[in-house]
Amino acid sequence: MTKKKETIINVALIAGLLVILYIMEQLMNPTDMIFTVLKKGAIYALVAVSMNLLNGFTGLFSLGQAGFMLLGAYTYGILTIPTEQRESVYQYFDGGIVQFAVPVAIGILAAGVVAAIFAYLIGLPVLRLKSDYLAIATLGFAEIIRAVFQWDKLGPLTNGSNLLRSYPTFKSVLFPFIVSGICIAVIVMLINSTYGRAFKAIRDDEIAAEAMGINLAHHKRIAFTVSSFFAGISGALLAMYQTTIQASMFKSAMTYEILLIVVIGGIGSVTGSCISSFLFITCSEWILRFLDNDTYIGDFHVPLLRSGFRKVVFSIIIMIIVLFFRQGIMGTKEFSVAGIRNFFVRKSNKEKGRKLQ
Amino acid sequence: MSNVLEVKGLCVSYGGIQAVKDISFVVPKGEVVTLIGANGAGKSSTLRSIVGLVKPTLGSVLLNGKEIAGKTPESIVSQGITLVPEGRRVFADLTVLENLKVGAYLRKDSLDEDIRWCYDLFPRLKERSWQLAGTLSGGEQQMLAIARALMSRPDVIMMDEPSLGLAPIVVRGVFDIIREINRQGKTILLVEQNANMALNAAHHGYVMETGRITLSGTGKELSENDSVKAAYLGKARK
Repeated sequence: MTKKKETIINVALIAGLLVILYIMEQLMNPTDMIFTVLKKGAIYALVAVSMNLLNGFTGLFSLGQAGFMLLGAYTYGILTIPTEQRESVYQYFDGGIVQFAVPVAIGILAAGVVAAIFAYLIGLPVLRLKSDYLAIATLGFAEIIRAVFQWDKLGPLTNGSNLLRSYPTFKSVLFPFIVSGICIAVIVMLINSTYGRAFKAIRDDEIAAEAMGINLAHHKRIAFTVSSFFAGISGALLAMYQTTIQASMFKSAMTYEILLIVVIGGIGSVTGSCISSFLFITCSEWILRFLDNDTYIGDFHVPLLRSGFRKVVFSIIIMIIVLFFRQGIMGTKEFSVAGIRNFFVRKSNKEKGRKLQ
Repeated sequence: MSNVLEVKGLCVSYGGIQAVKDISFVVPKGEVVTLIGANGAGKSSTLRSIVGLVKPTLGSVLLNGKEIAGKTPESIVSQGITLVPEGRRVFADLTVLENLKVGAYLRKDSLDEDIRWCYDLFPRLKERSWQLAGTLSGGEQQMLAIARALMSRPDVIMMDEPSLGLAPIVVRGVFDIIREINRQGKTILLVEQNANMALNAAHHGYVMETGRITLSGTGKELSENDSVKAAYLGKARK
């Protein structure tokens, strides 16, 4: 299949998906669980792909994703709350110090830019570290940022430990899909460029990459900054989805959820991250909810099922995946129309071969 | 004949331990020059410091008359010298073709011609163009490592122990390739423990011991030298 043909098919598929989503939205009850899953899934897909860019494609084991999402979410919230609402939102801080509001699009972009600037600055010292040490340092950063944003002295800007609310949100499920889709497309283009090839070379062998003239520090910084930019955007989307922002949302548990998505999908597979994101959100928000509820069958009280048990099940799933399915759903492969076609063609060729024997 | 690479008074140390102590040598254009010596003699450190992976503490390295000592690998490689690192170090999860493209990372022009040239030199790599480099055999990985280095169109190509861990017949293949590349006009600086093969292929040789150059001469001279024979070629003194 030629590249052009493949692009056309992919574009057609995406357009088809959007049309289906639109029709679903017109016909179904908007509070239906499926829309929750789709919205949150699209947002998590973006942050998972951005994490995969670092962990899977550049080999930088970073756990700062929640911190950058927090930066994005707060930037969006702070910049877009309408001026007439500020008095009530910042009721303990005399309406806050920001007394203007920007349009949604600029707010989202600013969310990414602020996260990227922080990433660049933190990257200067932190990216000298390798593997586990980098993970610890970035995790530490995320926790510090969370604490700082709850600090009372920053109240006029961040509203301290109070909620940010009343900023513009989205209703249609199409919005997160389109924004995430564009962002993921940009990440894919980066991965397929010469830069992406350099990232993968660094992942495979730093010394050899350096001997080929690849500037390690420069490329690591690019990967870290770009990844954080998109984490910031997904933070803004998450803020819109949740309709309120509180720093305590962005705990390290959130980073682990994203890491889980990346691992399940396959470290080094963009489509894997997207698929597993929807899978994960479907399970955690919908199908496995019953694990958290006390359940009676007749008079029999089902043991173990109580609030928090879902987390236990997830932990066990992580262990099983890490022990037995290290490749995740996709490994490092990508889901594509050509891939499916080849899969079936090869299969039928095999069957033909068997018949001939 | 002009010297494409000139090393003068080069010193390299790792945290107080001096691995290379004030060595000087020249690599004339179009020749194969080899550094031989035992483990820990400082051969690899010399190559690594020339390409900038470690910074030399003292000394100068002239490439085509321009000082490159102390610069970043990025600027050194772009001036026309590359290193085939010890132990091959191919990018295991990239395909053969992607490996070649990474080798030409600093070039902005079209790569088609060079890829074709590499595939002509190494027909095996052409067959395996879409295979992941990690799945190649040791010998094929060594070929890929050499091809990858050639992709940056270097004037000088430095090879660190290309025979390491390969079967004797494969080693012979590697040296055939080295001669072939040299015949096509590339200057080669070769570091080897397999002194016999290296001296056979080389125009000039230097013997390194504990960070110093102790002997030098043409390949033939060195392979006939009694102390070299005793120490590196496994032949008893007469």
